[in-house]
This record gives sequence, structure tokens and C-alpha cells, in this order.
Amino acid sequence: MKVLRNYIDKIKPKFEKGGKLHMFLSTFEAFETFLFVPDTVTKTGSHIRDNMDMKRAMALVVVATIPALLFGMWNTGYQYFLSVGEVATFWETFFFGFLKVLPIIVVSYVTGLGIEFIFAQIRGHEVNEGFLVSGMLIPLIVPADVPLWMVAVATAFAVVIGKEVFGGTGMNILNPALTTRAFLFFAYPTMMSGDKVWIPGLIQGEGVIDGFSGATVLGQAAQNMTEFTNGIGDKIGAWEMFFGNIPGSIGETSTLAILIGAFILIYTGIASWKIIFSVFAGGAIMGLLLNTFAVNEFMAVPYWQHLLLGGFAFGAVFMATDPVSAAQTEKGKWIYGFLVGFLAILIRVLNPAYPEGVMLAILLMNVFAPLIDHYVIEGNVRKRLKRMKLTA
Amino acid sequence: MSEIIRIKKGLDIKLKGKADKIYQRAERASAYSIKPTDFKGVMPKLVVKVDDEVMVGSTLFFDKYNPSVKFTSPVSGKVSSINRGERRRILEVVIEPDAEDSYIDFKIGDLSKMTREGIVELILESGMWPSIIQRPYASIANPEGKPKAIFISGFDSSPLAPDYDFMLKESHAEFQKGIDVLKTLTDGKVHLSVDASYPTGETYSKTQNIDLHKIKGPHPAGNPGIQIHHIDPVNKGELVWYVNPAEVVRMGKLFIDGKVDNTLTIALAGSEVLKPVYYKLIRGAAVDSILKDNIVEGNNRIISGNVLTGTRLAKAGFLGYYDNLLSIIPEGDHFDFIGWASLGFGKYSVSRTFWSWLTPKKEYKIDTNLKGGVRAFVMSGEYEKVFPMDIMPVQLLKSILVEDIDQMEKLGIYEVAEEDMALCEFVCTSKIEVQKILREGLDVMKKETE
Repeated sequence: MKVLRNYIDKIKPKFEKGGKLHMFLSTFEAFETFLFVPDTVTKTGSHIRDNMDMKRAMALVVVATIPALLFGMWNTGYQYFLSVGEVATFWETFFFGFLKVLPIIVVSYVTGLGIEFIFAQIRGHEVNEGFLVSGMLIPLIVPADVPLWMVAVATAFAVVIGKEVFGGTGMNILNPALTTRAFLFFAYPTMMSGDKVWIPGLIQGEGVIDGFSGATVLGQAAQNMTEFTNGIGDKIGAWEMFFGNIPGSIGETSTLAILIGAFILIYTGIASWKIIFSVFAGGAIMGLLLNTFAVNEFMAVPYWQHLLLGGFAFGAVFMATDPVSAAQTEKGKWIYGFLVGFLAILIRVLNPAYPEGVMLAILLMNVFAPLIDHYVIEGNVRKRLKRMKLTA
Repeated sequence: MSEIIRIKKGLDIKLKGKADKIYQRAERASAYSIKPTDFKGVMPKLVVKVDDEVMVGSTLFFDKYNPSVKFTSPVSGKVSSINRGERRRILEVVIEPDAEDSYIDFKIGDLSKMTREGIVELILESGMWPSIIQRPYASIANPEGKPKAIFISGFDSSPLAPDYDFMLKESHAEFQKGIDVLKTLTDGKVHLSVDASYPTGETYSKTQNIDLHKIKGPHPAGNPGIQIHHIDPVNKGELVWYVNPAEVVRMGKLFIDGKVDNTLTIALAGSEVLKPVYYKLIRGAAVDSILKDNIVEGNNRIISGNVLTGTRLAKAGFLGYYDNLLSIIPEGDHFDFIGWASLGFGKYSVSRTFWSWLTPKKEYKIDTNLKGGVRAFVMSGEYEKVFPMDIMPVQLLKSILVEDIDQMEKLGIYEVAEEDMALCEFVCTSKIEVQKILREGLDVMKKETE
């Protein structure tokens, strides 16, 4: 590694003030610090520091998404081969999905990081690591057949309007990945919902076997079906919902894979277990309420199945826990998470315009998170004032 | 015996190189210094000039804002230099010692017949006053104030901290006398907190006239600020004082024989020390003589105090006024290839993102590398895990950053000091300068209220 280090030290002056390539300083620094944790030593305050840094934190979230990503790749292929009625080996299936998903990942990262690099340079900042996670989350919450240009446009929108205008990572109000999805959802609704978008090639319909349906379970439930089936008419039961070989956005279908990610996030202490737990609790309670007062089949879907369907688990584990856009006080996290889950199921079941409510529930609660925090902080302040009165 | 106060949040960072409980003789240092920079918010006004002869207890300088607060010479000798920094700020008043110390005799009468004013006056005159710290602001106590209580933390929970039971062995009489003196300064109680995890030593257990508290938990449980918060918190407009137990002993000695005894026990510790042991020396001593031949070759950082809150010293620097620990750790000015992505078996972290959590009992050698870049606040809930007060640390820091004085007050700035939030800085993923920000807040607040 000495050689690499020497090379970096050699080219470094070109990027420093007065150098020819000064305009790329932020970009250079981003790559340099990616390769080498810098030799900066502590100047003020504590002389020693924890090894944890933003790169580590973000890298871990990316690691946690890998099970969902790999499963999503396999499932994309699986659903495709189901739709064309072919039998494929595991590796053929996976490889098909891999080729389908990889371009989306590339487009998301290139667009998002490109904008981040430009903004970092304009501001004279170091490049923030936040997009490393967003760039991975975006491909996981879109349908496999989404046109790549749409991903690029939506990502650019989310990074600029959702994040950079507020001052970059740490300052944003809304979760950038969900902002991307919301943009896609409202700008190109035909590509983001319906029965045909979830499985590659279904819109063109080439080679698709007769009678094949690409409807998601939630889509079927919204039409008050009581028995859910996959494209070729096999029953979808609780196991399939949990395992995830059902139509849906790339990374959201497998509750199992998502829970592996959740385990990594909670165990390492990166994500708040309070939020994850309370989202599930909120969803379950709303589901129970709906079950109790069920007047149609959708309302009668068992509450625990709601937690396995759609983007619920994915939203709870990877979206609601975004530390920047979530509530930041410990008590606030309970309230925030609960309301995310509660509202997600409410919107999902009772609003006929949206077959899925998780995205909107999280975005809505992102907006309300500062308000929740405000009241939690006020509570702390009031406790202190009360203590003063008691002693006076 | 009162109940045990359990502190749950916090962190004991296990560092290599804890001092063995052995005394090593320290030679008389070649120079001694009192550093005005050790005293927060003090504007020094010099009384001596270079070449003046001083005795133990002669005033070197006083605080311009509080002229009665005097800083006196720890040894007798000659003022050899006055070192200044930027804008002629005084950094060090250096004294070249005589071979033997001669003391100013502060005439001591019968303590029970002395008035509070008389006692305060004597402590001020002797130069012992700066050892009394107040909350709010964690600055030298204002002699005109009257605290609602005085706190003494009987132990230090910080990394590599010296053992007070060992240091204060056989000092019971002096400690008791010091307590009696402090008792006259407040109408309230004098609280002494001891570590509940081991039996209390005689110096503390035999002491009368105090409220004894047993505290159990990880660092910062030994910080007076944390203990005050859990025993008798500071509200707006209230004042408490706190004193280090070694200073209480010293105060006792002053009231027994009228002399200022500046002998200190310090621990020399850290991963780069060859033989970590205790030394007896005099306050403000140049550290080069005890470091000579006892530290590992290489680029080391010499810290007066502990690794979380201490002051960085030059090779021939002087021990800080308040410090009874000298920590030596390696400098971390090296690059770490894809360090953020390594498995991290030997890399210490509170988060379990590094595999060092597999070896929780291991003692670590931690260098001074920042280990990452500075970022905006992103993670939440990190500080709360190591900050055992019912105060919201991140929100408090944010209120300081936007200079919202009203909010700082509401969020409890009167109760905290840098040392209490030092662990927040240690764990911070965004590498935010917590202690620096907090001090700025405390300074703004102090200016606003005085």
C-alpha cells in the first residue's frame, strides 16, 4: 500500500490551493479518504476517539441491505421466468435479475454521487457519505422494470431538492431515497403502480404465458380478493409473504432478508431498535383495529400479514430508521415509529388511491419528527423547571 | 449509610498502562510553573517580574476579574521567565527552584474561633482558593458566592485515573480538617461520594461531618458534575462548589500548620510508559525528569490529565494545576488503508461495528488519530448512551451552536462541564468538537449572567 500512498502524496499538490486541479479537491479528498483513513490527529477536547466514523456507519447500512439486494435479484429473475413459463436454474435466475438490477444501482450511484461531488466542491466541503446508503436504497424500492432515465431524474430531484437545498447530509428533512420514490410515484404513476410494472418484460408482454397476472398481494387485496395467488395462480400464503418470492419492488418482498439486515443494524447499534420495534407495533395495532371493524375483505386481512406485505418491513428497517429524518430524541423515536406503522396500514387499507401507504406514512412522519422532538424536549425542560420550584 | 446511587450510562475505556501502586522517587525538577491557561475564564494580572525572589505561597498573579483570587508559587526560588503566546497572552510563569523550600507562614488560629470571612480570606491569601470549583460554569469559585452545598468526589473514574484510596492513605487527620474548613463555607451539606465497587478506605470511612454517598457505575460516575446531578442538582440561580479530595487534604494541612504544602501524588500511565507508577512531586513540576528513560521511543503525546479531558504538553512542559495524572499515548499521525472497512479486531469502538467487541476485557492501546472526517450531526442516540444526566446533550449543543441563550438555560447548561460530556466527544461518529462547543456555551452564558 506504500506505493499507492506515495502516488497519492505525489499528486496531492495538484489539487491543493493554487494547483491546476483545485476544482476537483472535494472529489480527490473523497477518494483519498476512501482509500486511507486520514492521518489527522485530535486537536481539541478528547485526545482519543472511537474508531467509528461516518464511512463505517454508512458502509454498515449498505452491508445490511445486501441480503435484501441479493434476494431481490434472484426474485426478479424468478418472477420473470415464471411469467414466460420457463424453467431456469438458480444461477440463471439470479443472473437475469443481476443484469436487470445492476444498471439501476449504477445509475442511482452515478447520478447521486455526481451531484454530491459537485455540491461538495461548490461549498468547499468534504463529500458526505450519506448518499452511499441512499444510492443503494433507491434501487431496492423501485420496480425492476423502471426505465433508467426515470431513476436518474428522480435521484437528481431527491438529492438536489430533498437534500442539498437544506445544506446536505444531516440537514435534510425528508429521507432522500423515499423522496426519489415519491417523485417517481407522482410523476410517472403508470410505471410505479398497477399489475404490470413489477415483473420485467410484462408491459411489452413478449412471450408471457396466457393468463399470467403480475399483481402484487396488496393489489389483489385492494380488490377484495380473499385468496392471494402469484402470476400463474399458485397460492401465496404466509410463508411466501415472509420468504418473498412474490411480485413487488426489488428489495421489499423478502421479510426474511430484511430481518437479517435489521439484525445487523440493531446488533451493531447503527439503527434504532426502538424505531423498528415501534413501527411494527404501530402497524400491528392498526391492523388489529381494522380487523375488529372489518367491513370488507381488505380490512379483514390478518394484521400480522400486513407486516409481511408490501414495503412495510423494508420501510421499518431501512427507511424509518434514517437518523437524520427520524425523530432524534429517545422518547420521540417511540412515538415517531409507532405513528409510521399506524399510518402506513391506515393509508394502505383505507385510501383507495394508494395501494401502499408505507412511503407516504414515513414521509409524513419525517415532516412531523421535529414537532415530536420539540414536545419531548419541552417535557425535559418542564421537568427541570418543576424541580426548581420544588426546591424553592 | 445511604443507598447506592447506580449510574447506568457511561463507558469505561480500558486502556493499557495503568499505574502500579508503587511510589517512585522523583527528583526535584529543574523548573516549576503555574500556567494561567489552566484556569478557565481567568485573566491573569502579574505581581512578579522576571528575577523576583519568591517563597512557597508568594503571589505570582491574580485574576483581573476577581482580584481576591490569587495564584501563588508552589516552590521557593526565582522567577526565571514569563512565557507568552499570541497577543502576549501569558502562558507560563516559570520558577527556578532553590535547593530547599522556604515557606510563608500563614498564621493559623483556632478554626472554631475563626469567622467565615477570615477563613475565606486565608484560603485566598494562601493561593489555595483556585482548587475550589463552582457549578455553574465549572470555573474557580467566586469568593463572594455562598454555595448551597459542597461536593467532594472521592474517586476518579476516568481512563487510567489514579487510585485516591492509595494516594490519600494515612491522610485521615488532614482530610478531616479540610472537611471542617469546607463545612464553614456553606450552610448546606458537605457531600462525599465514594466508589461502591470496592470497600471504602479509612481516610473516607472515618470522616465525620459529611454526607456519604456510594456511587456505582462506569465513567463519568466519578465526575462531581454527575454526582451533583444525582444528589442535589443545580437549578438556575443556585451555586454549588466542589473540591478534589487531594486538595481537601492540602487545605487541612494549611489549617494545621499554616503552610501551603504543594506536594502532589501523580500517576504516570499510558501505553507508552515503560514502568507506569506513582510519583510524589511538587505542583507545576516540569515533567521531563520523570519521563526521562521511562517512555517508549517514538512520537508520543504527553497529556497532563486524563486522555479525555487533559491538556497536551510539550516534551519539557509543566504538570497542570489540577492534574494528578500524566498520560502518555502514541500520536496517531499515520494513514490507515481502507481503515473504515477493516474487520477491526484490535480497533476499539463502543458500537459493535468493529469486531473488537469480541474481546471486551482486552486493554487497548489507542492513539490520537481522529479516525475519520468531521461531519454534521447525523447519528442520533449515541451521546445519550454515555451521558448519565437527565439532559439532552445533542439538543444542548445545538442550542449553543445557534447561540440561543434562553434555550441553553432551559436545557440545563448550568449543570454540565466539559468533562461530563467528554465521552460524547469520544463516541461521536461525526467527530464533533463537543468539549470546545460546550465551553463556548458556558463562556457566553457566564458573560450574560454576570
